[in-house]
Amino acid sequence: MINSAPKLTRQVIIVNELGLHARSAAKIAKLASRSKASVWIQKGSVKADASSILDILTLECEKGSKITISIENKADYDILEAIADLVEGGFGE
Amino acid sequence: METTDAQEIIIKGINASPGICIGKAYLVDREGVDVLRHYHIPEKKLSNEIKRFKTAVKKARDDLDRIVANSPKELKEVHILETHMALLKDKALYGKTIETIKAQRVNAEWALKQVVSDLIDVFRNMQDAYLRERSEDIVHVSNRIIINLVGAEVVDIASIDKRVILVARDLSPADTSQINLDRIKGFITDHGGKASHTGIIARALEIPAVVGLQTATRKIKNDDLIIVDGNSGAVIVHPTEKTLEKYEERNIEYEEYRAVITRESQAAAESADGVRLEVMGNIESPEEVFSVIKYGGDGIGLYRTEFQYFNRPEFPTEDELFDKYKDVVDVMVPKPVTIRTLDINGDKALTNHLSYDEVNPALGLRAIRYCLKKPNVFKNQLRAILRAAAHGNVRILLPMISTCFEIWESKQLLDEVAESLDKEGVTFNRNIEIGAMIEVPSAVIMADALAENVDFFSIGTNDLIQYSLAIDRGNEHVAHLYQPLDPAIIRMLKHTADVAKEKGIKIFICGEMAGTPHHIPLLLGIGMDELSMNPQSIPVVKRVIRSLRVEDTRSFIKEVLKQPTAKSTFELINDTYGSILSEQMYTEGSVQFSDRAER
Repeated sequence: MINSAPKLTRQVIIVNELGLHARSAAKIAKLASRSKASVWIQKGSVKADASSILDILTLECEKGSKITISIENKADYDILEAIADLVEGGFGE
Repeated sequence: METTDAQEIIIKGINASPGICIGKAYLVDREGVDVLRHYHIPEKKLSNEIKRFKTAVKKARDDLDRIVANSPKELKEVHILETHMALLKDKALYGKTIETIKAQRVNAEWALKQVVSDLIDVFRNMQDAYLRERSEDIVHVSNRIIINLVGAEVVDIASIDKRVILVARDLSPADTSQINLDRIKGFITDHGGKASHTGIIARALEIPAVVGLQTATRKIKNDDLIIVDGNSGAVIVHPTEKTLEKYEERNIEYEEYRAVITRESQAAAESADGVRLEVMGNIESPEEVFSVIKYGGDGIGLYRTEFQYFNRPEFPTEDELFDKYKDVVDVMVPKPVTIRTLDINGDKALTNHLSYDEVNPALGLRAIRYCLKKPNVFKNQLRAILRAAAHGNVRILLPMISTCFEIWESKQLLDEVAESLDKEGVTFNRNIEIGAMIEVPSAVIMADALAENVDFFSIGTNDLIQYSLAIDRGNEHVAHLYQPLDPAIIRMLKHTADVAKEKGIKIFICGEMAGTPHHIPLLLGIGMDELSMNPQSIPVVKRVIRSLRVEDTRSFIKEVLKQPTAKSTFELINDTYGSILSEQMYTEGSVQFSDRAER
């Protein structure tokens, strides 16, 4: 369809050496905790709540994993972008 | 008590931290927490139960807060404790427990236990060793809550007043951060691996530790005499006289080696033919300056400043930076402190900053390029550096220089900053040495032109090797091609050093190469004035320098420059200096050439 709403998902690849470990997950969770509605991270068929460090860790994302970040409310678009940038920037590691 | 029937037992574990200690066992007992009651909560009491749980979590949080506040700042596990504080309120733990209390109408301890055991199952089945060990974090966090719920006493490690060896199923970062070095000889645990917190902390505290022993807490009783051999990863319970003697000897031998090497390291590194070299430390945070002093560093050859920009919503203020620089300068004065300006893309470090993507960040907007594009960010740092320079011996090092322009522009900014500081009446010192980091091939080729504009060169071998050989050493497919001894690299080092000598400026090296004993004959032959490395490498490098004659290394380097490959260069080093090197490196043994990358 043309004129579709802004995309509510972003696909990114984990680039930092350690993958999604406790500290990087904590950074994501911190951003996601400010959202209006739920923020999700999906790897393969498994979906995790982005505001939970433990849930994110259970995805077992190593370097090179492809993940999809999704939001449920358009108001959280900045958070979606910020998380995607964080991941693509290798968490500043 | 001495009992005649006690048999010597050897338990094998993982050697987490080197050294040997002999002493009495002190068991840190957490049992009792495992036996939890399970009872039904009537519906109208559910909200009370949830409140009880929340209070227990809050208390755990307050306890951790207090421990963090009282921990010596130089202990790096503080951030682990901060992760634990975040986990306390994590949805998968906190939220899920509350849900379980409601759904099953059970007491909080029982609900938490179920949630935790499900979580641990998930983590323990993971492929990645790091993630598997995170199950320990979950256990530590939930133990803290459960102890508050059942009202059990937490073992207070800080109150131990005997010289003992700690025996525990596991030690949490909160436990280990309270360990008083004077009282603990070593520690051993049932759980954990080399990468676990216990191992990391033992190495940081430099006390022997063996982890992953499985059965230590069952086989060892309080006051049992035990030997911890952190070198081989063995624990001996009820040792015989003969075993005790053997280990006492080994211990003396090891301690002597360490004492000699540490004592010697305070003296200058002067070669056998009387040439003095400065051996400096690389640091990232102000706390590390104490390691540099302890290991006998002659100054700071590389103070990385990125650290202060990470994990924060905004750029650090000038005053914050000034404090961090002054802390180091004050401790080192009158020895030099080389402050390298921001070596990353600052926007990417900030947590909330929305920055654009780069396809190839290594060739992108970073280091000096970023700083010159964001003069306000750069000036902020330059002001802090010039102010710190008024308090001691400060040098400024510009990273990733690839053209003369970058030096000219940086100097221009330094002048502007100095002028405004002057106008404001702030104390500063503009008269400091400025150096260029040589880590881009173009800088090597243009070294003669760059040398006209700076007081010193500092070669950053890590990046120079990657940029010159076109190797990303993080890429496993090509990492084996990352070879510091590649003849191309050695010729570049030699060329840069020759130009520096000709132009009368100083030549330093601050990459990993400088801290590798094996590379020292080569670096001396090339004519380095100063080597900078991680603090722990300083003693052994000083030792190697003392055993070499600079004059010999100069003729040696001529042979090195004829070598066609990294492998033949390595063999030449080994043939010429192998015996000296292995003599100086007690524990390392002889070095093998590896077709893989250095790390």
